[in-house]
Amino acid sequence: MIALAAAHTPYTVPVVMMDVLQVTILVLVAAGATGVVLTRQPVRQVVALSVYGLLLAVLFLAFQAPDVTLSELTVGAVALPAILLLALAKMRKREE
Amino acid sequence: MTPATRRWVFLVAGAGLAAFYLWGLTGLPGFGSYPGPYGPTILRLAVAQTHATGVVSAVNFEYRGFDTVGEEFILFAAAAGISVVLRHLRGERDRSAVDEAADRDVPATSGAVRMVALLLAGPVIVAGWWLASHAQANPSGGFQGGVVIATAFVLLYLAGEFLVFKRVSPVALVEVVEAVGAAGFVATGLTAVLLGMPYLKNFLPLGQYPGAVSSSGTIALISFFVGLEVAAAFILIVGELLEQTLLVRREDT
Repeated sequence: MIALAAAHTPYTVPVVMMDVLQVTILVLVAAGATGVVLTRQPVRQVVALSVYGLLLAVLFLAFQAPDVTLSELTVGAVALPAILLLALAKMRKREE
Repeated sequence: MTPATRRWVFLVAGAGLAAFYLWGLTGLPGFGSYPGPYGPTILRLAVAQTHATGVVSAVNFEYRGFDTVGEEFILFAAAAGISVVLRHLRGERDRSAVDEAADRDVPATSGAVRMVALLLAGPVIVAGWWLASHAQANPSGGFQGGVVIATAFVLLYLAGEFLVFKRVSPVALVEVVEAVGAAGFVATGLTAVLLGMPYLKNFLPLGQYPGAVSSSGTIALISFFVGLEVAAAFILIVGELLEQTLLVRREDT
């Protein structure tokens, strides 16, 4: 069935041919996401989230989407963690 | 319901969900297969039609430009919303005169951090500018470039004081830049209408060489406006949040 699909659409990559890189990065992303969920301390969770954003960016690059890579790098790995850290700093200040 | 019953209900429901999920997975198309006609057509026509070798930008700023207008105004509305909400809090805070964290020492920024941040600020602005102005040629665009430019201002904050950040990005100026960016996108679309063409139709000369910086007509122009809007919006958001978190403490002590 996979071979049939490959014959009809030129952009099909059969599962068996999938890059070692792609499998590796998929596993890393799954591990990273689990890591973010398992991190309980908010500031550390933000850092984990930033690393996860970086992993996602590499994932998009490995799947040939450099535009999405750039967006994910700027937003997922930099802007979102920065805004979350600021919000956490504000909340901590109020608690004390 | 006893815990035991509850566990059984969960197990039955969970098993059912897993079964249906796996059943659904078996019907998925092959990895990377794309049955629609739209993608291959765009790939075949886009470079000749728009002279943009960054086909994603051609889709974002021309074929589906109207969607992008909406997306840009999501960010615009978010920045406006944050300004409004935090401005209200600023009025409330003036009444509390004591530092709520007076006992905790804030560590001074180390020389190494200042140095690296200062060294990076210039190159980061250049990189952001390059991304925002090369949407037509490379995988880049105003959105990514704008965020990168905004991070240069965050670096300036890291290198110096919050007051430095405020001095290089006065709110009034940033708001004007943001408005110009957002309005520029819309105005580019409306200019096409005034010329008797559909909204956002590419009315500028496409340039001789596909992929040249001067090519692709309105795609490059719109990417520039989006870069302005996004950079200003992020600077505004970060500035408002920084002010909330940091300046207060300095004022209060």
